[in-house]
Parts: sequence; C-alpha cells; structure tokens
Amino acid sequence: MSDIKKAFEKNKAFIAFLTCGDPDLETSAQLIAAIAEAGADVIELGIPFSDPTAEGPVIQGANLRALSQGVTAEKVFALVRTVRQTVFVPLVFMTYANVVFSYGTERFLKTAAEAGMDGLILPDVPFEEKADFAAACKRHGLDFISLIAPTSKARIAMIAQEAEGFIYCVSSLGVTGVRGEITSNIDGMVQLVREVTDTPVAVGFGISTPEQAKTMAQKADGVIVGSAIVKLIAEHGKNAAPYVAEYVRAMKQTVLQAE
Amino acid sequence: MSKGRFGAHGGQYIPETLMNAVIELEEAYDFYKNDPAFNAELSALLNDYAGRPSLLYYAEKMTKDLGGAKIYLKREDLNHTGAHKINNVLGQTLLAKKMGKTRVIAETGAGQHGVATATAAALMGLECEIFMGEEDTRRQALNVYKMRLLGAKVHAVTSGTATLKDAVSETMREWTNRVADTHYVLGSVMGPHPFPTIVRDFQAVISKEIKQQMLEKEGRLPDVVFACVGGGSNAIGAFYHFINDKSVYLIGCEAAGRGVGTPETAATIGTGKPGIFHGMQSYFCQDEYGQIAPVYSISAGLDYPGIGPEHADLHDRGRAKYAAVTDDEAVDAFEYLSRTEGIIPAIESAHAVAYAMRLAPLMSGDKLFVINLSGRGDKDCAAIARYRGEELSE
Repeated sequence: MSDIKKAFEKNKAFIAFLTCGDPDLETSAQLIAAIAEAGADVIELGIPFSDPTAEGPVIQGANLRALSQGVTAEKVFALVRTVRQTVFVPLVFMTYANVVFSYGTERFLKTAAEAGMDGLILPDVPFEEKADFAAACKRHGLDFISLIAPTSKARIAMIAQEAEGFIYCVSSLGVTGVRGEITSNIDGMVQLVREVTDTPVAVGFGISTPEQAKTMAQKADGVIVGSAIVKLIAEHGKNAAPYVAEYVRAMKQTVLQAE
Repeated sequence: MSKGRFGAHGGQYIPETLMNAVIELEEAYDFYKNDPAFNAELSALLNDYAGRPSLLYYAEKMTKDLGGAKIYLKREDLNHTGAHKINNVLGQTLLAKKMGKTRVIAETGAGQHGVATATAAALMGLECEIFMGEEDTRRQALNVYKMRLLGAKVHAVTSGTATLKDAVSETMREWTNRVADTHYVLGSVMGPHPFPTIVRDFQAVISKEIKQQMLEKEGRLPDVVFACVGGGSNAIGAFYHFINDKSVYLIGCEAAGRGVGTPETAATIGTGKPGIFHGMQSYFCQDEYGQIAPVYSISAGLDYPGIGPEHADLHDRGRAKYAAVTDDEAVDAFEYLSRTEGIIPAIESAHAVAYAMRLAPLMSGDKLFVINLSGRGDKDCAAIARYRGEELSE
C-alpha cells in the first residue's frame, strides 16, 4: 500500500495545499514543516505555472508571485530535498502537464521520486491522457492521483477503477477558490466510487470553513484545502507560518470530529 | 485511449469537469456532420447570410508590379462580418442549437471571432458572452462596441498578459463554471479534441472553393497557397483540400513581431518547442521550464503562443512550410495591397501577402499563387496609422 493511501487509514485526512515559492522558497520550507507539524496528513505542493487554467484568482496570484521569484521545477526539487529531512507526511506535486512534459516526463518523475515525493496531480490531464504520466509515476513509485467532478457521472467508475493513492473529488463546477456553499451531490459521487474501489476519496475546491470541512469529511475520507491557505500566505507573507499552522490545526480538529 | 491525434499532437488535455462536454460535442458532431438536413441548413446560412462562395480574384496589378508568379486572392474579407471566422461560427452555433444549448461563450483576439460569434448568436437567439484580453479591448475598441451592439456581453480579461492566450484561459475557466447549457465556440483549430477537427471541417470550405474556382479559371491546381497562421484556422481551411495534392506548396505565415531573434515574437513554429497547453499537445513558445512565453505581434489575431495540432503535424511531416513575417513587412504589405489593388487587408492577412510578395518576383509567370485574404483591414486602420506615427480620432 502506498504511503498516500496509508495516510487515510487511521482517520479522516486533512490535505493542505500551498504554491512553492510563494512568497519565496525559504518561507515555503517553513510553511511545509509547520503544516506537517500542525497535523496535515498529506501536503500538496504546487509547482507554479504561467497559465494555471484550473485555478481561481487566489491561486493564480500565488503562481504569479512564485514565478516572479524565479521558481523553477529544479528549485522546487531542491526545496523538497531540504524539507524531506524533517517532514515525513506524504507529499504530492500539483502542477500542469507542460511543467512535467517540458522537463521530460521520465526525468521529472525520477527526480521527484529521488527527492522524496509520493504522488502527482495534473488537473489538465484527464483519464484519456494519463497513460504516459501514470506509467512514469508507476516506474518511480509515485501515485498518479485522479480527479472526479460533478459532471463526471458514468465516468466515475472507469476513473475510480484505475485510481491510485486517493481520488480527488472536485466539489463544484468552476475553478479553485473559496465558495459560500457546496451544492453538488458529494454523497452520490462517493457512492459511485465505493461501488468499484476502496481507494479513499478526498473532497476539494471551495472548502475554507471548519463547518464545510466537517460536512465534507462526513461524506468522504478527507478534505483538501488550498485557496484558504494561500490567502493566509498572501496576507502574512514571510510571517505566515504560525497563522497557517493555527488554521491547519483547527481544520484538522474539525475533520477528526467527522468520524 | 487518447483521441484527436495528428501525429504526436492534439489530444484532450482539459479538466475532468469538461470531459463529458467534449464527448457530448464529439457525438453530436459525428451525427450532424452526416445529417443532410443540418448540412442543407448550414449551406443556406453560408450562402444566403455570409455571402459564400467568396471570390477568387486575379490581382492583375499586383502580379504585373511584382513581375513573377500570377497572384490570386481568396476574398474571405468579403464574407459577412469581414473575415473567415464566420464559416466556423455559423457551423458551431448551429450545432450548439441542435444540441439544445442556449448560451455561447468565446474568446477573441483581434475581435473578429468575437464579432462573428456575437453575430451568429444574435441571428440564432443565443445568449452570448465574449472574453477578450484587456490589452486587445484597447487595440480593437471598435470591435468591442460591435459585439455589444450585437447583444453580447464583453468581459475584459486582466489575468496574465491580457491578450488572446489569457482570453482562451478565461473562457475555459468560464466553461468549467457553467457547462450544461453553454457551448464554447472555439475560434481556431486548437484546444481539445474535437475542436481542431470541427473547426477545420467548417473552414475547409475555403480550399474546396479555391480548388473549384482555380480549375475553372486556370484549368489546373495552384502551385502555392499562402495563409497567415496564429492558431491556424484560415490556414487549415485554405490548405485542407490540397493536403493530398502533393504538387501544391502550402505556406503558413507566422507573426515574427519584431523578429524571430527577439523576445517580441509570436512565431510558434519558428521559435517554439513541443508542449501541452490549452487542451492540446503542439508547439508552444515557452521557456526551458515550460512556462508559456509572453508573445508579441502587431496583429492581435496572431498574438498567440501556440499553433493548432494539425499544423504542428503538417510541419513535422514537411507537408506545409511555416515562414515568419515581421511587423514591418506586414505593415508594408498592408499599405501595398491597399494602394495597388484597392483592397485593405486585415493586418493578420497582410502577413501572408508580405511573404507572397517576397516569393512572387522569384517565380516565372506560369506559377500560380493563391493568397488567402482571411479578413478585411478596417479594424486595423487606427493601429497602422499609429505605427506610422499618426494619431487618428474617430
């Protein structure tokens, strides 16, 4: 069983996202350590891309800030090697196909594995296009994380059957970002997954408050929070670590109550 | 499992949220493209509303002045709304209507595709929203007004470089936001499958007519077909029915901006490398870490860092050649065609005119050139005047 899947075994999981290099790589290292310390079960590390088409304004801003710092895949690998000395929770890259493809898919995943990564999420690579990426992940022992969306319907069984690590359940239509309410039928989506696999399901997109996290964690195996954390980082900049840690601790507590 | 490949290029690199929408589109298109009623309706629209077939005009003065190849102009500029864009838009909006969609969204660069989409939406009673880079709304203010006049809502896109690339990204984001009742009228032979094929098929009427008209006028096929290339819809339209006629040279003219040796260029084949972006594998202008490069051209319609996957494959196979034309050369051609033939070309199309002007004098008089004049240049007059140091007030 992969380390990612194991992270869901004990109890409901809390998955945190941040963009590497926002506001700079040193702060990212502090943030990753603080988030792990505060109880996150998996951490998603965003590698910035110039044109993140699945992101709302908050994470778009983080991508731009990181790129203006000159952050590259190379520098993110170095960051991972550094944090891996003290952080032991599973780490998953979240980026766009071209970042991996232009580096050389095989070389990217080999380097990622050596640095200590556990998985890869590419929001612009659906089931039909995953073969090359998933095969390279497999060769280097990473999980290629699949996404399902409220529009997926009959596709869910097909996607879930081949899913590795966890299934990223996109809670709502549209792009990433904080939402007032989540109206999709999450129970129905999770049900369709359960019919074909025991791979855990984590719900993301739009979750920011403890109440939302608790509700979603009751429906699934974990929750993913991105924009709300990135917003805190944007607000507090280089001093964000304690604020983010406090937020993650509180969110993890409510997620645990959702058993 | 990957669909819509042209050699190594193409595919469907989009968020899962959109997958069922493109699958539904593919199924609908596969049905309607063979449906006689749909094709009759589309032909009637193209002929009676858009003004097809467009003329194939012998540019006698230009031919004599350049003293070489015999030059014909395919007059897509004479179509309703002033460009080739209407061919694709009428096809896609009719398809959207058949699919029960009530709303269309589209990106636009120069504004020609936005105006064409707003026009077809008005005609067919569809709600319409257009996404246009803020920078382009300034460069093409008249087209923004036209879209509003036609009943469309225009969103100025401020993200990224605020040009065509960002307009495409924003339209894709909007499509994930509201997909059930909405069709994305993609304006070029790009994006995820089935768009490159659908748009190509709707634009292929251009080469179908050129072939027929050339056989009528000259009794043989042309030797060279020229077209400007951004995403590449007018070019694939002008090339398509000649791809299997190996004697016909196909030349796509990219926007070099200030030159392919400078960072201010939009020549994708000239300066790009393979990548994955905006739903497709193709060539893209990008840095060594795969970050999409900011591109530049005087022409808002060619100011795009990628090229359609079928062009990428035609390039790989050597079936079509792609040449780069600078702002300076395009502006010279814009003025030359206006003075010589009394035809003001779109600055996009002027890139193709410029390259043909370079080659024509080198050819003997029995060589036949066709330049696809993809659009008219009224929209560009203020910008070209400014380029020449003259401010126009409307």
